[in-house]
Amino acid sequence: MSHSIVILTIFVLSIFIGFEVVSKVSTTLHTPLMSGANAIHGIILFGAIMVADKSTTVLSTSLSIAAIVLATINMVGGFVVTDRMLEMFKGKGGKK
Amino acid sequence: MNNNLYALIGLAVAVSFIMALKGLSAPKTARRGNLIGAAGATLATIVVFFDPAQKVHHNTFLILGAIAFGVIVGVPAARRIQMTQMPQLVALFNGVGGGAAALVSIVEYLSLSNNSARDTASTIATVFTVVVGSVSFSGSVITFLKLQEIMTTRPVVFPGGRFVIAATLVGVLGTGVWVVNSGGNTPLAIMGALSLLFGVLFVLPVGGADVPIVISLLNAFTGLTVAAGGYVLDSTLLIVAGTLVGASGTILTRLMAAAMGRSLFGTLFGAFTAKPQAATEAGEARPVKSGSPDDVAILLNYAQRVVIVPGFGLAVAQAQHTVRELADLLTAKGIDVAYGIHPVAGRMPGHMNVLLAEANVPYEQLVEMEEINPTFPQTDVVLVVGANDVVNPAAKTTPGCPIYGMPILDVGLAGNVIFLKRSMRPGFAGIENDLLYEPKTTLLFGDAKDSLTKVVSALKNL
Repeated sequence: MSHSIVILTIFVLSIFIGFEVVSKVSTTLHTPLMSGANAIHGIILFGAIMVADKSTTVLSTSLSIAAIVLATINMVGGFVVTDRMLEMFKGKGGKK
Repeated sequence: MNNNLYALIGLAVAVSFIMALKGLSAPKTARRGNLIGAAGATLATIVVFFDPAQKVHHNTFLILGAIAFGVIVGVPAARRIQMTQMPQLVALFNGVGGGAAALVSIVEYLSLSNNSARDTASTIATVFTVVVGSVSFSGSVITFLKLQEIMTTRPVVFPGGRFVIAATLVGVLGTGVWVVNSGGNTPLAIMGALSLLFGVLFVLPVGGADVPIVISLLNAFTGLTVAAGGYVLDSTLLIVAGTLVGASGTILTRLMAAAMGRSLFGTLFGAFTAKPQAATEAGEARPVKSGSPDDVAILLNYAQRVVIVPGFGLAVAQAQHTVRELADLLTAKGIDVAYGIHPVAGRMPGHMNVLLAEANVPYEQLVEMEEINPTFPQTDVVLVVGANDVVNPAAKTTPGCPIYGMPILDVGLAGNVIFLKRSMRPGFAGIENDLLYEPKTTLLFGDAKDSLTKVVSALKNL
């Protein structure tokens, strides 16, 4: 089995999991869920660090450092803002 | 670090993201889900420094400095932002994520071109990442500007716009093929620039109620961008995480569109089909009935059933506590009070639920649109606090207007309607609301919080 097929398998299975996990969300949680998913794609920080770690030219280094800053803002800011939204539901909201 | 251990940690992080999304889709587990996701992301950020494929480390201090800088910018922004401005912040976070993904692919492309060891599949993935990442970036920035009201919130459509946007898209695809065929940095740069332009043109014609759908859609785009970036970097974690967000984001976008009665297709391709519209002549000399806080208090005092319809004006004025005070006062007088919650009142789906939950409004009083609509004929007074488009009958009666087809709260069926408004200015979608001119409608002008405070004290004096 070639490497590409393995990747394709992972990709397709991930699509189904992605569809499945959110299919029953209530309207109330649309916004926090979007915000949480938004924070998760901040994981591109992982990739940004990978490329920065092996950059040797000025151009590559500057671009990858810029990517790290942007990705960190996305990830950290995203999780914090989602937590703040959910804080509002504490002891209330759908708990009953 | 051992290769297998490194891969297993990646798997654990991917699982944490699945659990995060799963947790976020139920109210009880939402907060915990978010924290699990954050923990997974933190773990990934630490472990990447021990990548076994990377023997020599460059730029470690620059990297740590960049992360610290990102935290210093991101955390206070997320902490200090007011609830009213949350949607545009989410849009902005999404955009910078897309931009980051595009940059990562560009860097990888540059380093591979030095070694002239590029295969077609990963070049195609690079093209995808740069194009979609750039579209997501510039599109999100425009969305931010719209929501922040730095630029007009109405659809921006110029003559021949759809030809310009179609030409831009052709240009993007053309340069994409050029990059795949011949490589080189110039085609990539041109493609990136055209993609940024396309993102702007794509979002400009979107207005009013469609903006939240576009944020969600761009969010899904960024997810897919990250997945493609994962392919370029050969990182399973990025592929899984990006695909999860792409897939769940697509479902979420469809659910939102359904909640608003919009067609996803129409929103997506609005840019291609939008025609310039004749500007609606707002604020013509039609008579309206404006009342004093005392008039409003009297109307409320003799009602049996009152429905409060909150909108963005409530969020702007931070009047959620005052509105609860009013509701409590009315309940104490034996009046039946409920809140009619439109799914997209405010600037995002669920915005009002969040805001009223903050003011400790009892959950049972928040009634969703489908359940409250049949009760309006038995309602004596509807108090519309800073909402407009979600109660605008034009959504039912005026085909072709930007909100046509959106389900609305039928407040016109109630005995009396009171609008608390800042001015006669039309709502976010920029459409005149005929309900304002009905004889049963009373307008109370002013900031929602001030007006409510005056009504509360008038009610106490009755």
